[in-house]
Amino acid sequence: MNFYFCEKSTIMEIVTHTWHWAISGFLIGMVMLLLNYFGKVFGMSSNLRALCSMTGVGKSVPFFDWDWKSQRWNFVVVLGAMLGGYTAVHFLSDVSNVAINTKTIEQLATLHIDAPNGKLLPDALFGNEIYRSPKMILILILGGILIGFGSRYAGGCTSGHAISGMSNLQLPSLKAVIGFFVGGLIMAHFILPLIF
Amino acid sequence: MKAIKYIVVGFFFGIVLTKCEAVSWYRIYEMFLFQSFHMYGIIMVAILTGTIGLQVIKRYEINDIKGNPIVIPDKEKGSTRYWIGGLLFGLGWALVGACPGPIFILIGAGFLSVGLILIGAVLGTFIYGVFKDKLPH
Repeated sequence: MNFYFCEKSTIMEIVTHTWHWAISGFLIGMVMLLLNYFGKVFGMSSNLRALCSMTGVGKSVPFFDWDWKSQRWNFVVVLGAMLGGYTAVHFLSDVSNVAINTKTIEQLATLHIDAPNGKLLPDALFGNEIYRSPKMILILILGGILIGFGSRYAGGCTSGHAISGMSNLQLPSLKAVIGFFVGGLIMAHFILPLIF
Repeated sequence: MKAIKYIVVGFFFGIVLTKCEAVSWYRIYEMFLFQSFHMYGIIMVAILTGTIGLQVIKRYEINDIKGNPIVIPDKEKGSTRYWIGGLLFGLGWALVGACPGPIFILIGAGFLSVGLILIGAVLGTFIYGVFKDKLPH
């Protein structure tokens, strides 16, 4: 494609369509390297531990008695990421987004989960109706507990192990990532059909 | 202001993760059903980019912004914690379709129900902290 002759609207289309995996993966790798260049290590779940420590529970639970203030930079990254999410969803999206496999959509229909049609999240799990369903509220909280407990037990999440750890050729990270996928496969293939 | 560079990197990260749809529950579900290469491509290219970058940093002894050597600490040796912790994390990841980065990004984007996942995630982290010494690592 020759950008020189591109209309402005064409450039906007490139931005608002789903970004290609190769470009996105490269940019995520660059985010990690950039943080390394700033003297930091990329890892999002550390923020959860810092959030716990902020409440002062470190006085009674030693795990939360650490120098969480050295992680303040990570909160700033999170703040930026939240603003980025807001910008991308409100100004850089269009109806062509989240064009997942039609087979996946058929399978979702059997679980009574709505098709994306440009949305990032299904209403069945995240829409306003869920507040009237104790089951759905519990599912979201339980999912969060598994994520928080699991990432701290494993010492990292997708960013800390899959991206940072694997890039640094860490064997423990490979074990954790295999664990992530085994858990994910069990949930997607065997447990989700029982829940929905 | 030192904080500006972290805001900018975070902002960029939030846009990339949203625009490649790694924050989407649908994309995570599709990935675990092996019905698209999209997410696998993102993860593999990110690791490849990171691996090459870290090798370049090591070979040319590139220093960080303050002039200190860039050292990324090794992960603790062990197995149990990685297998079990990883498995539990994976169960949660596929259930609610978000890992810690996307949880924050989605809340910022205005999906307030994702706040329930955040409450759970902080609670889960707290539970780990309480039982840490009783768990096999």
